Amino acid sequence: MAVLILGVGNILLSDEGVGCRTVEELEQRYQFPEAVRLLDGGTAGMELIGAISEADHLILIDALAAGRPPGTVVRVEGEDVPATFQTRISPHQLGISDVLAAATITGDLPASMVLFGIEPESMATGLALSAVVRAGLEKIIKAVVEELTGLGLPPLDLVDTVDGVDVVD
Amino acid sequence: MSERIVIDPITRIEGHLRIECEVNQGKVVKAWSSGTMWRGIELILKDRDPREAWIYTQRICGVCTTVHAIASVRAVENALGLEIPLNAQHIRNMIIAAHGIFDHIVHFYHLSALDWVDLVSALKADPRATAALGQKLSGWQHNSYEEIKAAQEKLQALIDSGQLGIYGSGYWGHPAMKLSPEVNLLAATHYLQALEYQRSINKVVAILGSKTPHIQNLAVGGVANPINPNNQSTLTMERLFYIKTLIDEIGAFIHEVYMQDVAAVGAFYADWTAIGAGVTSYLAVPDMPMNTAGTTFDLPGGYIPDGDISKFQEIKSFQDTFFRDGVKEGIKHSYYDGDWTKHPWEEETAPKFTGFQEDGKYSWVKSPTFNGKPAQVGPLANVLCMYAAGHEPTRKYVTAVLNTVSSLAGSKVGVPALHSTIGRHAARAIRCALLHDTLGRQWQLLVDNIGRGDYATFNPPTFPKGEQRGFGFHEAPRGNLSHWVVIADGRIKNYQCVVPSTWNAGPRNGDDAMGPYEASLVGTPIADPQKPLEVLRTIHSFDPCLACAVHLVDGRRQEISRVKVL
Repeated sequence: MAVLILGVGNILLSDEGVGCRTVEELEQRYQFPEAVRLLDGGTAGMELIGAISEADHLILIDALAAGRPPGTVVRVEGEDVPATFQTRISPHQLGISDVLAAATITGDLPASMVLFGIEPESMATGLALSAVVRAGLEKIIKAVVEELTGLGLPPLDLVDTVDGVDVVD
Repeated sequence: MSERIVIDPITRIEGHLRIECEVNQGKVVKAWSSGTMWRGIELILKDRDPREAWIYTQRICGVCTTVHAIASVRAVENALGLEIPLNAQHIRNMIIAAHGIFDHIVHFYHLSALDWVDLVSALKADPRATAALGQKLSGWQHNSYEEIKAAQEKLQALIDSGQLGIYGSGYWGHPAMKLSPEVNLLAATHYLQALEYQRSINKVVAILGSKTPHIQNLAVGGVANPINPNNQSTLTMERLFYIKTLIDEIGAFIHEVYMQDVAAVGAFYADWTAIGAGVTSYLAVPDMPMNTAGTTFDLPGGYIPDGDISKFQEIKSFQDTFFRDGVKEGIKHSYYDGDWTKHPWEEETAPKFTGFQEDGKYSWVKSPTFNGKPAQVGPLANVLCMYAAGHEPTRKYVTAVLNTVSSLAGSKVGVPALHSTIGRHAARAIRCALLHDTLGRQWQLLVDNIGRGDYATFNPPTFPKGEQRGFGFHEAPRGNLSHWVVIADGRIKNYQCVVPSTWNAGPRNGDDAMGPYEASLVGTPIADPQKPLEVLRTIHSFDPCLACAVHLVDGRRQEISRVKVL
């Protein structure tokens, strides 16, 4: 099963880029099985269709402004994922909405989809995440690792290993 | 009685675009184009290392990441007087061309065709008659009855499912929709095929740029693609030949499908060749540098004042002073403090939001001018400038497209028809064919140069003490893009991006002259002010980088998805 972990957002607008930042962190902390691909999609639209159509399972990570307390992490599943991007709660819904709609038409939509969304606090110009969203990012990382483990594709924690060998306490 | 139309879609991809029109007796009499979001990239780049500016600038826009990376490295190289190796020019040129082809195909089929093509009407078409029509237009191998029938069934299933998604906001059955069911079905079939082809050409960007979106292979001084014909981890002959296969595959689609479809839309909507001209001073920069210094180019560029091709003035090099000194930006009608018109190197960024005032400030977008006047940019400007420069391949494709339109329309359609909404679509298809030719040529030049034993891809930059000023331009899919940098002691002191959509979407300038979007809307007929399809047609023909303008999202739609809070 091919899994795509796709973080989207704009890193120039602080919390708006949390999806991309999560992918960066995941890449630094873990080594992933070959079937798992990570992609920082930025705010791209149709350029992502190739990567999405090659996936059987899509894990999307994005900022979702829905009026919840900042830093709140939500999980959306299956058909509700495209539906979420068609409503106005994602700050950059159109790019992703276009791709998912196009993939639906061509029959390339991944068989299963999960979206991890996080409520932004600040979308001001700047590269840094707010503290509360930074904390939410940790929750998403944990959830993604659990998700992959549940799929039988657990990542290897690089922080606990030296040269790829497990460190025994 | 006059009526107001406001189109104010929502997104944050490249900033919001709001269009407001005053309609009187079925025609637009006044228009305002308003960018409703401020980005302030300048503030992020201040005091950073100029060598890494491109990494941030390519995040400005989700649709045109690559172009901001290219313009940025060119600007810093210009400030340093740094030439780059020939291989680096060719590799960059191939990325530029492949990205442009991808972008133009996506724009026509996926972001604007549904302004002209009625998907619901396509369901009523006879697939056999559609196949016959397709075979009359070109020798495209995928215009068969079976493929057209299959496409119609896909459409039927989509519409039956009730999940039209983004297509749900199309103006099906609008009185301004004029294509026959068969033409609609043929276009819809190509819409689906285009999804496949745009994917394959984007692979060229991914291979050369290491990644897409957001290429990784650029550097101030060249590219980071090591070349070694015998080492598998570098750019090998095997990879280069795979790229050649991808280039060849897309050629037939561009010539036999895209150019023919544009000609057909132009012929069946011939009235739109007299609508939407707007600002007819055109600015385009030369691109596809053919030497290390950027003093000769494969595709020419320049300036045409007031639609007069005979007054064309060429822009000749990356150091061109006519371009450098001609560009200014003004803020009389923009949400910045004061009222000035300045050269990009001299600008300051002091936002001051006042709210929409139709005679005062009403946009976050600044108002660029060339030699004191607004200028239209984009494929139409590019094609007209290349035509004016006597570029033979451009003349060949312009003539071919106009001949097809003339024969389908049954009347002679000439070059003046290009100054229009439909002309912008035609020019984009022509440019796409030219980019495809140049992509093949750049590939050959790269392979030949490697064959001569030249593997160089990078000249390291050095930053002297004191201040340097540079500018880098690029003829991007949406028009000319320029980055302007002031470097002091190796750090960025000032940085400005003058982007294509600023040229076109800019508000009235210091002399109160309308920007290209605004001017192009005046005089547009509006059949139904509640469904202003005609406004969208003209704005979309510019390929607005403000992706919000791409589709209208129904803001009243309720939140229907189920979410679980973790």
